Amino acid sequence: MTDISKDQVRHVAHLARLAVSEEEVDRMTKQLGDIIHYAELLNELDTTGVEPTTHVLDLKNVMRKDEPRKWITREDALKNAPDQKDGQFKVPTILE
Amino acid sequence: MNFETIIGLEVHVELKTDSKIFSPSFNHFGAEPNENISPIDLGYPGVLPVLNEEAVNFAMKAAMALNCEIATDTKFDRKNYFYPDNPKAYQISQFDQPIGENGYIDIEVDGKTKRIGITRLHLEEDAGKLSHTDEGYSLVDFNRQGTPLVEIVSEPDLRSPAEAYAYLEKLKNIIQYTGVSDCKMEEGSLRCDANISLRPIGQDEFGVKAELKNLNSFSFVQKGLEFEEKRQQKVLMSGGEILQETRRYDEQTKETILMRVKEGSDDYRYFPEPDLVPLYIDDAWKERIRAEIPELPDARKKRYVEDLNLPAYDAMVLTQTKEMSDFFEAAIKTGADVKQASNWLMGEVSAYLNKEQKELHDLPMTPEALARMITLIEDGTISSKMAKKVFSELVQNGGNPDEIVKAKGLVQISDEGQLTDIITAILDQNEQSIIDFKNGKDKAIGFLVGQVMKQTKGQANPPMVNKILMQEINKR
Amino acid sequence: MTVFDYTLEQLQAKLHSKEVTVTDLVQASFDRIDEVEDEVKSFLTLNKEQALEKAKQLDENMPEKTNPLYGIPAGIKDNIVTKGLRTTCASQFLSNFDDPLYDATVMEKLNKEQAVVIGKLNMDEFAMGSTTENSGYYDTRNPWNTDYVPGGSSGGSAASVAAGEVFYSLGSDTGGSIRQPASFCGVVGLKPTYGLVSRFGLVAFASSLDQIGPLTRTVEDNAYVLQAIAGHDNMDSTSANVDVPNYHDALKDGVKGLKIAVPKEYLSSQEGIQPEVREKVEAALEVFKSLGATVDEVSLPHSKYAVAAYYLLASSEASANLARFDGIRYGQRAENAENLIDLFKKSRSEGFGDEVKRRIMLGTFALSSGYYDAYYKKAQQVRTLIKQDFDKVFEDYDVIIGPTSPTPAYKIGEKIDDPLTMYADDVLTIPVNLAGVPGMSLPCGFSKDNHLPIGLQIIAKHFDEKTIYRAAYAYEQATEHHKERPNLGGAK
Repeated sequence: MTDISKDQVRHVAHLARLAVSEEEVDRMTKQLGDIIHYAELLNELDTTGVEPTTHVLDLKNVMRKDEPRKWITREDALKNAPDQKDGQFKVPTILE
Repeated sequence: MNFETIIGLEVHVELKTDSKIFSPSFNHFGAEPNENISPIDLGYPGVLPVLNEEAVNFAMKAAMALNCEIATDTKFDRKNYFYPDNPKAYQISQFDQPIGENGYIDIEVDGKTKRIGITRLHLEEDAGKLSHTDEGYSLVDFNRQGTPLVEIVSEPDLRSPAEAYAYLEKLKNIIQYTGVSDCKMEEGSLRCDANISLRPIGQDEFGVKAELKNLNSFSFVQKGLEFEEKRQQKVLMSGGEILQETRRYDEQTKETILMRVKEGSDDYRYFPEPDLVPLYIDDAWKERIRAEIPELPDARKKRYVEDLNLPAYDAMVLTQTKEMSDFFEAAIKTGADVKQASNWLMGEVSAYLNKEQKELHDLPMTPEALARMITLIEDGTISSKMAKKVFSELVQNGGNPDEIVKAKGLVQISDEGQLTDIITAILDQNEQSIIDFKNGKDKAIGFLVGQVMKQTKGQANPPMVNKILMQEINKR
Repeated sequence: MTVFDYTLEQLQAKLHSKEVTVTDLVQASFDRIDEVEDEVKSFLTLNKEQALEKAKQLDENMPEKTNPLYGIPAGIKDNIVTKGLRTTCASQFLSNFDDPLYDATVMEKLNKEQAVVIGKLNMDEFAMGSTTENSGYYDTRNPWNTDYVPGGSSGGSAASVAAGEVFYSLGSDTGGSIRQPASFCGVVGLKPTYGLVSRFGLVAFASSLDQIGPLTRTVEDNAYVLQAIAGHDNMDSTSANVDVPNYHDALKDGVKGLKIAVPKEYLSSQEGIQPEVREKVEAALEVFKSLGATVDEVSLPHSKYAVAAYYLLASSEASANLARFDGIRYGQRAENAENLIDLFKKSRSEGFGDEVKRRIMLGTFALSSGYYDAYYKKAQQVRTLIKQDFDKVFEDYDVIIGPTSPTPAYKIGEKIDDPLTMYADDVLTIPVNLAGVPGMSLPCGFSKDNHLPIGLQIIAKHFDEKTIYRAAYAYEQATEHHKERPNLGGAK
């Protein structure tokens, strides 16, 4: 059985770009652990050689022609932006 | 201790389809920021991608030109990471079933041919463009988001920065021939990251590699790798350890600068894109695309040498760009002498393009016009000197060489009777020169030719003037 | 009797006979909303001004022949994108998303039918939940008893139809989100075959499972709404290129000779099926038999693995689908972020509720390096087995019938703190999404103690909605459950 550690919870939260308080880490560790344990029910099944299903319909080669069209204006594009400048989306500078 | 350098390159090439890979937005360089975008490119809630067939065709074409095996079953995957230029926070890419695999290209360094393996070529979407300011913020333009992109990963077969340079030149050359991309590094339609590591000669395992970024020209790739080669050597020689780093090439200091140390591999959480269905590329589709691939530079080069009897050097220079090579082919097709056409293109035409910083397609001169001009020289209608005037007119204003010759009164006098009459008259007036010549003063002939040219306003056919002059002198 | 007791066909007749106008119907919707909305809270956003304006236009330009949705007031689940009309997915993150810039394909289709949008309906945030208690705004209440949940995630869609605020609504169903609230609120809800209705403009929760579908008072109305929204869409690569049959034509064909399969797992107390629910389903099966259908017990042996597989798959897809909510192009941006990563983290954490965060975390974990094969891929393989279970049964049977939910609606607050138990309650609806087949819930009775609706689920093979409608219509016509109305706002 896989246990999920607090450090893993913090790591996953970082990957998902979620800020988590210590209280949330405690709670999530418990809840995710419970769900993961429950999910291990699937290990009862031998799935050797079973194809995974990504698409439930057997569709292939769905494509469109290379035809461009104008859809929205730049004003529209920026309409919902929390912050903008000179026709572009404004964001804080990246600090890694 | 002696070290061997191991280099692998990751090249991204933008495909010049009319619309984007997953949205119908226009795909062209140079628009105002955020002009060529739709809710799909902005990753709006609820939007879905629909694959542009031409992007697949172009990727197949590139992969085939690089001798890759083309997948029969392929699909797209989501590559998850947060970044302001990545609007969905996942990039639609290909993970475990790239469209092309196991290819190669042959490069030539120091006269030796070497085969460089291509691990894979996959199709994905480009990200937007982030510009940084000094004032604590950055700006995002999503015009580039969704431009179809192929990522071409080489095997770690390159052993020197010079080989890396040759590989890039060759790769660009081939892709340009296929017509799927302009491969302009200055516009970002070709971008390159390099992995480099050193290992003691004789050792099988690779050393720890550094990844170089911000390589904005082929020569910066070479210079960056050269710097990095020395840096790693120094570290290893002094008993140090190479860390798995991402480094940036600084064009000013000509050094590589540490960006970040990588801890383990990035966790991109790839999984199959549920919004796109798989691709099944049958033989008929593959063959249809294969048939559209034009003759590639190596084949052309070979043909120029073997069939057209051009020197290897000419063949190499002419095939460096498809545009030049196509121009050459069109010129000889309309009857120009092969070697003369090659000489003009490698000489006057290239010199003019360099001087004016222009491309062949910027010139109003057609291949037919150049061919006609060469024919006019060959048949004696114009002299080489006149040809320069015609050429100058052609590259600046275009037009038809016959008409230019006529309008400028450049027609050469090649009529034997007419020339003989002129020459006899001149000889009659310059008997002293004949005597001087017969007494061994070779200079005298130059004077007589000059007189003929003066009288004909430079239009006399020089080889004929020489010939008739000698005949007439000998008669006296 | 109110206008809300009429079917779409009857309403069209009344519009043509000038007994009512579109404006009357739209006004009736808003009057009813004024009357009961404080109790039910189905809506997040109302579209009053535009709806009345449109009604006026439709009254002035009424053609001689109209289709069934002409001028009929509808409610739209708030995860379906509406141009010029705020779309929040019941998330605080999108509280200011006033103009999504485009219409979902289903909205374009409804607009073409001249439907009138009354407003956007409450739901569990990003469709994650089965009670509507995960709304980032407020709880919607069950019109039959406002101490109880309406189900979810399309709780507003089901409650608004049950409460007579609109004549029909659109919902979305990823693991039961149309059928379970339809069951809890006593209305007819259909999850179409995956690929029958375009997902373009449906804010994605789990792309490989999501479908939009109609919630209505009657089976016939349901068929009309599906007719309007179904069909191939070249903006959705997973949309099936199939001919859409005329659903209404099939309604009255009866069920004589219809072969019904009843999975023993769907009536088993092991799955937590309450005896009362089981009784109502068994009674319904007797009705079918009396109408000439045959009923056999079958097995869907992998049913018990469906919930686990579903939560891994849906959460994994959701973790990617919800990553775009980063505070850069739309939605809320946290203030006082120190740098970019901080901005991402704060904006998302402030904008998302607990359940959404929990599922994003689960999905991110299931996809992360070293766990993909054990969780995500394994779940996809189990999905294959579950799909094969259905394929096998449909070789011999026309429909599968069972309950929609193991229980009637529960009290608000009763299960919200126990995610795992809540997930387990989706055991009867989830396999249908995993297999991609269509399923409907329709009323089959009421609980003894609280008189809360109980739903019957009818499942058919891919693209065989026609047979579901035929069976459901026959049952509905033979019973009286659909005629009952909740006692709200003092009116009966």
